[in-house]
Amino acid sequence: MLLVLLVVVILNFLMLHLAPGDIADTIAQTMGGADEQDMAELRKQYGLDQPFFIQLFNYVVRVALLDFGQSHFYNLPVFDLIMERFPATLLLVFSAQILSLFVGILLGVYAAQNPNGLSSLFVNMFSLFGYAAPVFWTGILLLIAFSLHIPIFPVSGMRDITIESGNFFVHFFDVLKHLFLPMITLASIFFAYYSRLCRASMLEVLGADFVRTAKAKGLSKKDVLLKHALKNSLSPVITFAGLSFSAVVSGAILVETVYSWPGLGTLAFNSIISRDTPVLLGILIFSTLMVTMGNLLTDLTLKALDPRIKI
Amino acid sequence: MKKHFLKTLLLTATLIFTSLGVSFAEPKKGGTLIAAVGNNPRHLNPAVQSGIVTGFPGAQLFATPIRYDNNWEPQPYLAESWDISDGGKTVKLNLVKDAVFHDGVPIKSSDVKFSLETIKKHHPFKTMFAPVVSVETPDEHTAVLKLSSPHPALMLAMSSQLMAIIPEHVYGDGQDPKTHPQNSENVVGSGPFKLVEFKSGEHIILERFDDFFIDGRPYLDKMVLKIIRDPATRTIGLENGEIDFYAFENVPTNINRLKKNANLNVTPDGYAAIGPIDWLAFNTKSGKTADVNVRRAIAYAIDRNFILKAIMLGVADEARTGIHPGSPYYEPDVEAYDIDIDKANKILDDAGYKKGSDGMRFGLNVDFGWPGLRPNAEYTKAALKKIGIDVTVRQSADFPTWAQTVSNHNFDLTWDTVFNWGDPVIGVHRTYQTSNIKKGVIWSNTQQYSNPKVDAIMEKAGVENDMDKRKALYSELQKMLANDLPVYWTNTLPYHTIYSNKVGNPPMGIWATSSPMDMTYIKD
Repeated sequence: MLLVLLVVVILNFLMLHLAPGDIADTIAQTMGGADEQDMAELRKQYGLDQPFFIQLFNYVVRVALLDFGQSHFYNLPVFDLIMERFPATLLLVFSAQILSLFVGILLGVYAAQNPNGLSSLFVNMFSLFGYAAPVFWTGILLLIAFSLHIPIFPVSGMRDITIESGNFFVHFFDVLKHLFLPMITLASIFFAYYSRLCRASMLEVLGADFVRTAKAKGLSKKDVLLKHALKNSLSPVITFAGLSFSAVVSGAILVETVYSWPGLGTLAFNSIISRDTPVLLGILIFSTLMVTMGNLLTDLTLKALDPRIKI
Repeated sequence: MKKHFLKTLLLTATLIFTSLGVSFAEPKKGGTLIAAVGNNPRHLNPAVQSGIVTGFPGAQLFATPIRYDNNWEPQPYLAESWDISDGGKTVKLNLVKDAVFHDGVPIKSSDVKFSLETIKKHHPFKTMFAPVVSVETPDEHTAVLKLSSPHPALMLAMSSQLMAIIPEHVYGDGQDPKTHPQNSENVVGSGPFKLVEFKSGEHIILERFDDFFIDGRPYLDKMVLKIIRDPATRTIGLENGEIDFYAFENVPTNINRLKKNANLNVTPDGYAAIGPIDWLAFNTKSGKTADVNVRRAIAYAIDRNFILKAIMLGVADEARTGIHPGSPYYEPDVEAYDIDIDKANKILDDAGYKKGSDGMRFGLNVDFGWPGLRPNAEYTKAALKKIGIDVTVRQSADFPTWAQTVSNHNFDLTWDTVFNWGDPVIGVHRTYQTSNIKKGVIWSNTQQYSNPKVDAIMEKAGVENDMDKRKALYSELQKMLANDLPVYWTNTLPYHTIYSNKVGNPPMGIWATSSPMDMTYIKD
């Protein structure tokens, strides 16, 4: 695990180092011009005038000491910058993941009952559409529909800053309202995966002996479907959900940009184009943490579904 | 009779509307303005951070000695009056007596001295205060600037976001002003609004400063600046009324779409001093473009009208020189290089660039500084094919990649957008001065253009305090540059301000939102 992190850190550093230009150039951009001496001073201040291996060494040592450092671009502690945005991304990623799993499984179960019927075809089409459409396009489409023509959801941000009420529930529902469209957009990519996987897995299980036995026992259709068949067909879906967790995190970057969701995604994107190495590194570590957490949750869920699994 | 009736009706209607207009023009106190901004500012202290992103909140938080009206006339702001003497080498500022910073400490002449010295040292535009030798403070309300030479750019340099008056007792505590923690938090300003909250990536909230030195201002209680990067999202926000105000919109399709909305006003006014110009820059030192004939042929082959109509969709203005058409120094009477393919081909033939068997003479690369200029680069390829130049469009991954390529002079042609920043001394000279050929510095003289005559004219114009003489010098400069053509200027970047009908008095001066919005208000 630590070795993986070290390799990731070094690779990340190398990649950023290979990209032309540095923080002095990007600061010149925001300034609308630059002065030679200022640029040299800036490079010196951030150690960018040092030889490559010394920079790399300093970088790795700092990471080992859990020092995230200061953002070169914003001049704020990286840890504070990330902690300010981490909860927003966490909320978006987990809610989207749960929603896509829930809807995906529901659609899969529904489609499996009549695998060659019209409704199954419809489910397939619908989920594939979400998978195939670029997420920023889906996002803007939803905005035009539900913010402009039927104005029920706000276009941007995570909360309405003009609300002056101190009531927790007012704020809770406000965040929920802001979350709705970004969550759907991000979840739309994964409906296809989960519904198709669930459908295939259900089809297989529905033909198994124990399902026939359950039916023969005279159990209701609902019990057969949900208690016996579904529970046994979920493992591949959940396993895959765990694996695709990193994809959800990266999908969040685009969704956050479209909806101005104040999460890590926009910060990550910005720190790449502004060559803000310390911030990018910090985000990397936090994303790793988030994906690890997602995987742990997957394992726990699997264990709950199938007690034979040991963690 | 019928005609008469219609006339009367029209007159009555006009009267009603004008009277309504008058009642609308009465500024109303109170209210919150919800504005959108397209980028996250690095921090909020314009004394050490230039650029329009910090400029918007910066000009609200910090006052400057002078402000400008719509006609390029300096107006009193923190300086209630000023005297220029000694042939322009002594400038005395008489400060407003009862002005205080947001923490209640009086604004003194020593703060003006401190601010100017900080800016001189840390601001990237070194030409703004380069001739200022010292600042004397004979009393608390008088600051006297001593200059080594007359400096007509000084007045503009003391306006807008360019000379923020920052408190010495806060930013003079020994910490580096560029990385001072109070640049982002607990900002102690001198302007009409004070900082409530700056959440990076989310919003900036500003609140009326009750002890502002102009009585009764600002009109607004609050300003919320929402950081929304995505242009489509911003447009939808303006359309559905969630956002009242957005400046610096430059996407032609968005501008035209928003113009159709009856609840919104769309105007190109207010950007003359910021002065953004789109141009095609040449490498005048190496490669085929070192030959002025090649540069001229390229200019003749590129149709400025095509760019204005097809790429800019009619929302941008023609710019024939490196000085913004809204500036008093703009000289439209220069060689404009209107499209003439035959002439372009003839120039190249005469200069000895023969067409090969494939109809091509030679190849060139074209880069572009930001994604909005990609259509220009692609058009260049198509246009230059007609005169036998095989153009390769080079896509840079992002800004630093492009900046490295161009600032290290590894380019043939590049599309770019460069700002005037008020006075030509600040934003125009830098592109053409021989002394400003600086490898590795973007927006220096990356063309590596050098003409001693041009240098001499700029030097003269930079110290000429007589407006008419100065205009004549800049007119000559623009003609000479159009002849040498280190850059082919095409159009203004179509910055537009979009504001809802309920916003009164949006900033329409020469500095757009880089000026104080103390007169903006919300109608009922």
